[in-house]
Amino acid sequence: MSAVLLRAGLVVGPESTRVGDVLVVDGSIADVGEGVIAPVGCHVIDASGCWIGPGFVDVHTHLREPGREEAETIESGALAGAVGGYTALVAMPNTEPALDNVALVSYVLDRGARTPLDIAVAGAITQGRRGEHLAPLAEMAALGVRLFTDDGVGVQDPSLMRRALTYARPLGVRLAQHCEDERLAAGGSMNEGALSSRLGLVGRPALAEELMVLRDVELVALTGGALHFMHLSTARSVALVAAARARGLDVSCEVAPHHFTLDESSCEGYDPLFKVHPPLRSLEDVTALRGALARGDVDVVATDHAPHAPELKDLPFDEAPPGMLGLEHAASLTYEALGDEPDPRRFFALLSRAPARVAQLRHADDRVRHSGQGGALEVGEDANLVVFDPGLVWTSRNEDLHSRATNSPYDGRAMTGKVRATVAKGRVLVENGELV
Amino acid sequence: MIETLRGQNLLTLDGVSRQALVEVLDTAESFVEVNRRTIKKVPALKGRVVASLFFEESTRTRLSFETAAKRLSADVLSLAVASSSVKKGESLRDTIATIDALGIDAVVLRHQSSGAALQVSRYVPHVRVINAGDGLHQHPTQGLLDAFTVRQVLSERAGTNGVESGAALFEGLRVLIVGDVRHSRVARSDVAAYAALGCEVRVAAPGTLLPTDVENWPVKVVDDFDDALEWADVVGLLRLQRERGSGSFVPSLAEFTATFGLTIERARRLRPTTIVMHPGPMNRGVEIDSRVADLPCAMIGRQVTNGVPIRMAVLYLSVVGSLEGAR
Amino acid sequence: MSSTSERQTPSRDLAFLAKSQLLTSEEVDRALTRMAHEIVEHNAHLDELRLIGLQTGGVAFAQRIASILSDIVGANVTSAFLDVSFYRDDLNRNPMPKSAATTIDRDLTDQSVVLVDDVLFTGRTIRAALNALSDWGRPRTVQLAVMVDRGHRELPIRADYVGKNLPTSREEAIRATLDGVWIGAREPK
Repeated sequence: MSAVLLRAGLVVGPESTRVGDVLVVDGSIADVGEGVIAPVGCHVIDASGCWIGPGFVDVHTHLREPGREEAETIESGALAGAVGGYTALVAMPNTEPALDNVALVSYVLDRGARTPLDIAVAGAITQGRRGEHLAPLAEMAALGVRLFTDDGVGVQDPSLMRRALTYARPLGVRLAQHCEDERLAAGGSMNEGALSSRLGLVGRPALAEELMVLRDVELVALTGGALHFMHLSTARSVALVAAARARGLDVSCEVAPHHFTLDESSCEGYDPLFKVHPPLRSLEDVTALRGALARGDVDVVATDHAPHAPELKDLPFDEAPPGMLGLEHAASLTYEALGDEPDPRRFFALLSRAPARVAQLRHADDRVRHSGQGGALEVGEDANLVVFDPGLVWTSRNEDLHSRATNSPYDGRAMTGKVRATVAKGRVLVENGELV
Repeated sequence: MIETLRGQNLLTLDGVSRQALVEVLDTAESFVEVNRRTIKKVPALKGRVVASLFFEESTRTRLSFETAAKRLSADVLSLAVASSSVKKGESLRDTIATIDALGIDAVVLRHQSSGAALQVSRYVPHVRVINAGDGLHQHPTQGLLDAFTVRQVLSERAGTNGVESGAALFEGLRVLIVGDVRHSRVARSDVAAYAALGCEVRVAAPGTLLPTDVENWPVKVVDDFDDALEWADVVGLLRLQRERGSGSFVPSLAEFTATFGLTIERARRLRPTTIVMHPGPMNRGVEIDSRVADLPCAMIGRQVTNGVPIRMAVLYLSVVGSLEGAR
Repeated sequence: MSSTSERQTPSRDLAFLAKSQLLTSEEVDRALTRMAHEIVEHNAHLDELRLIGLQTGGVAFAQRIASILSDIVGANVTSAFLDVSFYRDDLNRNPMPKSAATTIDRDLTDQSVVLVDDVLFTGRTIRAALNALSDWGRPRTVQLAVMVDRGHRELPIRADYVGKNLPTSREEAIRATLDGVWIGAREPK
């Protein structure tokens, strides 16, 4: 029997919080309350001054395997995730080749099962992610895939997107969209505006994203389907989804930490570390996104963790691939964005409970091969937990990263809040902020 | 604000002060004189190595820079890396490191990506980087030689010399930039230079060839091109950047010429003192009528000639001008 | 000015403040006449003689000597001018020398060059001139004529023809033109 006791933290439930301990025995939560007695041989982790909550769930991670293992593997990504407080990751399908069939999805699920985390897979919506023909969604769903996306690009053809939503609906799965109209985006490498004009870089206008959000909201209304809007980057995009939700449509949205932390001025020095699609936006958008996070207009914080081999980020700005790391910084940046008195329930909703719902990884979901995530911290639940220290101030350094890649835009940045411990399926993976 | 180019990289004219620009123009005057001597050479950069690294082919600009370096007695390492033979995806860092390992004092760089010169300067901070054109961003020596040509022509007409006039001849000078401003690095450099020197700058272009956010530029967009031609003291024509895709921003070249080309009819409406400029190479018959290019008001030949002394001045100030002195 | 610049050749951009006049224009002209006769005496083949005035101070003196020589020999003797700004050895300290025209237009190989300057001081200008001359071939001889030699040489350079020897202190300044020679001080403008 293995036992872990998380002692004297603030236990954060979905609606309420209380000071107490959480006891984990053989992979399940065995007791929650004040003054829990630790069994003999129990591993005790001091959580005083910390928040205890469900382990984070990332619905948007690029694990690069198969095809780009020099940048990241499923294993290295899982370890980076654990350090960041994640107990589940959803792997994006824009690998080489794309995850658009049963064989490749099985491959990733098997490799993921060898890591201590729950690695779920998002399958591609279209074959090869080419946006022409539907991929075998039902076959992949039978393996347990609950999220489908062509991420990296959005489905450009509206009639194909309509068909995909209609086909997916009875399967009980959710589609997810990278919203950017390719032709309006014009191959640009940063936000379109005064700065892109001055720097001589072709810009990706905000409207390229917002127009597709608008289109897909109406397609959801037309088809009765379910759609998750990925990495929204503008205030207007978030407002469009909030209005759709108010209409009763089955929509959800995520925002990535870089979009609510960095703005387009970071691109001034042409450093490709700051190149991402959709691009870093205006300061107004960043401020609005931070407000939306606190207010609840945004459902999920997802990292869009995008590792790249270092030589690729040494290329000229317009040639370099887009994307930056995020697994090891998301929690701190989310905490900082929630204002002066961050609500711990909002924190865990954004990082754990809502993404677990979107990815159908909750205790109550019909999960094939994965444990229950985003729980209420009740006895009997699978023990996927994180201890987060909101008071710890630390400085991010690239040499300390656990990812195989180093394309983090936060090198040298001081941050507030850090994961102290991560428990996945009852096993302590991270203690005192480090892998054990 | 950059107050002097002495000992500095020349990556952009955006943010360069009037004083710094005049310093380059004045230095170039000395080199105009050197270029008139029988022996067009001074030992100012003797023993120094200047690498010319052109990822985008441009025989004329490359020769101009290499001539400038040689007339300063520098050793020149010339690499015309045409973009077809370099795989896209070859690290800029590796290419520049290879050359730097040979020991260079300065690199003149032309590249198809905006910002490439700044990125290279980060890889080799001990080497002076001279931007010979980076994507859509800037072409600083073109902006400088254009301003120099204007000052040269105006001071000759006024019977003064350029150095004595300083920046006075630019004050309130009416400059009209015409054509593909959106895709033109020459436009960005010209606007920066003319605006800093005190000119009043206007732009004329079809809507699709104006930069996004032109409201934030120190220029006024003209409503009527033909009226603007009568207003202008200097008309700077830009090439349609067909290799950068600007051809798809206008319905046809014929339509562009009809609406914004300097045809012979339009040239007749210019005031007798107006100067016509073009950075070259010209698309004769597109942005400029062949006959107009040969009129006395067209200073295109002078622009080319002035390229060498301006580039000598830039190399000289940048490499020799550091207060540390010898390597 | 910092102490490192004490050894620097004083900049010609400073203004000259005269304290007293040492030579009048007549005295200058008499000296130049005497120097012209000395040049004739020491140079057998006047057809190979090339008078070169250094910009900017030596120009007027070269022209005057040329004119006197023309009278002496009864043939037209001309002078050319040489700008040495970019040949100086202290460019990194003063990268913006005031540059002027060089009018030498033919090879100087096997010629007898006489450099003409107003004041000989540290010798660095003459050294720069010798560097510049090497671009024009290999003269048989190079001689130096100066209106004033004020001492304080930093290089092994000497004048062949001197108008006036004037011992000075380093801080003092000398101004020599066809109108006279003055001693004074240099002040920032």
